[in-house]
Amino acid sequence: MKIGAPRELFEGENRVALTPDSALQLAKLGHTCVVESGAGQKAGFSDATYEKAGVEVVPTAAALFEAADVVVKVRGPEPSEVAMLRKGQTLISFFWPAQNAELLDAAKERGATVVAMDMVPRISRAQKMDALSSMANIAGYRAVIEAGNNFGRFFTGQVTAAGKVPPAKVLIVGAGVAGLAAIGTSTSLGAITYAFDVRPEVAEQIESMGAEFVYLDFAENQTDGAATGGYAAPSSPEFREAQLKKFRELAPEMDIVITTALIPGRPAPKLWTEDMVAMMKPGSVIVDLAAERGGNCDLTVPDQKIVTENGVTIVGYTDFPSRMAAQASTLYATNIRHMLTDLTPKKDGVIDHNMEDDVIRGATVTKDGAITYPPPPPKVQAIAVQKPKEKPKELTAEEKRAQEMAAFKAQTRNQVALLAIGGGLLLAAGLVAPASFMSHFIVFVLSCFVGFQVIWNVSHSLHTPLMAITNAISSIIILGALLQIGSGNVLVIILAALSVLMAGVNIFGGFMVTRRMLAMFQKS
Amino acid sequence: MEIGFTTAAYVVAAVLFILSLGGLSGQESAKRAVWYGIVGMGLAVAATLAGPGAGLWVLSLVLIAVGGAAGWVVAQRVQMTEMPQLVAAMHSLVGLAAVFIGFNTHIEVARVAGMAEEARAALTGFAAVVAHKTPVEISILRVETFLGVFIGAVTFTGSVIAFGKLAGKVDGKAKKLPGGHVLNAGAALISVVLLLVYINSGSSMALLVMTLAALFIGYHLIMGIGGADMPVVVSMLNSYSGWAAAAIGFSLSNDLLIVTGALVGSSGAILSYIMCKAMNRSFVSVILGGFGGTTGPAMEVTGEQIAIDAEGVAAALNDADSVIIIPGYGMAVAQAQQSVSELTRKLRAKGKNVRFAIHPVAGRLPGHMNVLLAEAKVPYDIVLEMDEINEDFPETDVAIVIGSNDIVNPAAQEDPNSPIAGMPVLECWKAKQVFVSKRGQGTGYSGIENPLFYKDNTRMFYGDAKKSIDALLPMIE
Repeated sequence: MKIGAPRELFEGENRVALTPDSALQLAKLGHTCVVESGAGQKAGFSDATYEKAGVEVVPTAAALFEAADVVVKVRGPEPSEVAMLRKGQTLISFFWPAQNAELLDAAKERGATVVAMDMVPRISRAQKMDALSSMANIAGYRAVIEAGNNFGRFFTGQVTAAGKVPPAKVLIVGAGVAGLAAIGTSTSLGAITYAFDVRPEVAEQIESMGAEFVYLDFAENQTDGAATGGYAAPSSPEFREAQLKKFRELAPEMDIVITTALIPGRPAPKLWTEDMVAMMKPGSVIVDLAAERGGNCDLTVPDQKIVTENGVTIVGYTDFPSRMAAQASTLYATNIRHMLTDLTPKKDGVIDHNMEDDVIRGATVTKDGAITYPPPPPKVQAIAVQKPKEKPKELTAEEKRAQEMAAFKAQTRNQVALLAIGGGLLLAAGLVAPASFMSHFIVFVLSCFVGFQVIWNVSHSLHTPLMAITNAISSIIILGALLQIGSGNVLVIILAALSVLMAGVNIFGGFMVTRRMLAMFQKS
Repeated sequence: MEIGFTTAAYVVAAVLFILSLGGLSGQESAKRAVWYGIVGMGLAVAATLAGPGAGLWVLSLVLIAVGGAAGWVVAQRVQMTEMPQLVAAMHSLVGLAAVFIGFNTHIEVARVAGMAEEARAALTGFAAVVAHKTPVEISILRVETFLGVFIGAVTFTGSVIAFGKLAGKVDGKAKKLPGGHVLNAGAALISVVLLLVYINSGSSMALLVMTLAALFIGYHLIMGIGGADMPVVVSMLNSYSGWAAAAIGFSLSNDLLIVTGALVGSSGAILSYIMCKAMNRSFVSVILGGFGGTTGPAMEVTGEQIAIDAEGVAAALNDADSVIIIPGYGMAVAQAQQSVSELTRKLRAKGKNVRFAIHPVAGRLPGHMNVLLAEAKVPYDIVLEMDEINEDFPETDVAIVIGSNDIVNPAAQEDPNSPIAGMPVLECWKAKQVFVSKRGQGTGYSGIENPLFYKDNTRMFYGDAKKSIDALLPMIE
């Protein structure tokens, strides 16, 4: 089949859905590739590099739509592009079928099959083609860079000869893929990073990235993301109030705020209100990654950077991935390639559009002149339902002390009891046993004691050598045989001689083998 | 020479033995520690030969030389994988020596008792010591001798059977004669009765019959214990050989024997305790053999075992940054340690973080895996204990399980009805990807189904461990 990537028509879109690298990979699946002249220019891929990778370059979009069996794009098709689709042709791109009902109808009318990259279900198997995640990752990274660009200070704290610089404080609202990427970038630049999310189960992920999770003091059970395929759900008004209250507390302290909160199929929730912006210090920066869907911040102007009266910069760009076109194209083209890999199960260059497959079914929005959106729920649950995690109760200092005291007391009681019993038994034995026995017995008890103290320190990895060496020294029993061998009795001499022989084997064998083993232990 | 000198030599030897065991707390100090032990032993033997009571020292020296030569040869030749067998075999020798020395004591006591006053005064050596004992002391001596022989005999047959099982000469499965533990209890009861008889009469018959009973206990007890419990068994026998030496020390009034026996005895006891704890089982339940009663049906395991080939594993390893390898008895059986070491070397050369996770009861001997890896030149500082590494699994890209099963079984944590519920296990399933190198489908020694093999992030890498790892090597680049 022929896979073709046209030039993106959308204003300011720099990405391209096919890179020379992905074209090489697609060739392995038996496909040939075609690209419109200049399609990769803005992402840094010239026509020449495409040709080098064996990609045919055609001059116009019309020629491309004519030649390609499968058209791959980044942005959803413009009406002019839909008009060029033909029956049996497949289009793979972002589509947003819920918001673009008319476009969907038009595509259906043309009889083309449309695979929407934004509809790929969120299951483990489909992660490799999850373009939303790969783009969000870039957006998160870029948001921090964009914030740094507009922020007049260092991220990391420094003590220099020219004075002390405090570290920047960054708050990231919404810990989805973009949020987590932003956390990672921000912490690696050295800022003190806080993060908030309505889904309590992401606290662990946030902490693993090195940020501090902002806990809300809120009693109501927060719904976890499992029910909604890992996305956030709208929260109750009370919860929202608690959340805003927390943000108001934080606003004066924060230097940079990056908001990434989105709820599928709804306008972005307003989380950073006007009064919070007013509370922030001059020079602070807000980057609103939800600008395209109305913004999380009241004052956000989509596609623009504004500065408020009190000197807070609000960045409302909606094209973060496109601003890193080379990186974004590489990742997106890989997502597309993975999708085509799944569509070409036999690797023979023949597309098998298997509607039984959860991933393919979920992403397909029109097929054979019929709208197949919305898809039925996937057979595999995206994320296992999490058990509500019980937060370990913080012990107060007194409780801790009391606990330690109790443990100490119990230990003392045990030890004293053991000592008393042991001592009592010893005394009882001393009453009946003769002195000569008792003197040996003391030696015995003390040796056991020393043995217990010493052996606990032996390293676990040396247990085998320990056994070998104790084996060797337990042949100290040879002393008994040596003392008896001088007896006049023949039987005694024979038995003693045998014992000496066996102990001799053990002494030499035991020590030798221990030495051999210990010599093998080497440090790297 | 004076008895004072011998005693002084004994004190030095005892101190050296203690230092020798204490030195095993670290790999480097251990290399010194073994010399302490050797010097201590040499000193003790020399002082005894030179001191009062010894005789026929030429014969003694010749015998030590012959035995020593045999021991030397064995120690040089033994494979590191055969270490458990060797240790068990050596325990049996100590046990048998204890039995013989106990018999000797008995014969000497009987001989001295039959002598006239004048003849007694002329006695030298051990016989003279016996001759000066009061009747109460003679009774105590009999108890000590009896105990020494009993423990020695149990150690002897127990170790022989353990050796057979470890060497594969005796079937490794737990087996019991009809009657089970009642037989053991009966034999033990007979021994107690015979002890009373022996204290009062000093009858040779009582001692002999008891020896037979003890030999039977040793045999039957260890026959009833399965292969994977061997670490506990071997450390227990280690402990017994020490107690036997201590009991003989009492009967001979020799303090060095008592000290050393007690050291060895407590060492073995601690090892047994550590092993039992690592399996979350009480010492008694291990010794009585088999698993305790389960409380309900085991959890259903759903899903399927998904196989993977060497290329898949190699690709994942090439992508991984951190790798943890979990070796088990299967690695020893397949002699795969050299290949594993080579794999480790290659991965480390690429800058990956490769570490080993060792469960306390992995293998058939405490610390068995450490020795095998050391032999294959894996640096010991990347070989970590369970407690040190268990928390690191969630941040690990690839965990490779080579020939272990029960020690990585998540059922121990997830299924309260599992026979191994509560046993501490290596949480390898928390790693991003797990590869299990295993000969084929089927359960491990314990016959417990392992849900790890059915997890989403687990892939089964079937085949002989050595061949599998060797197949991987050329693909790591």
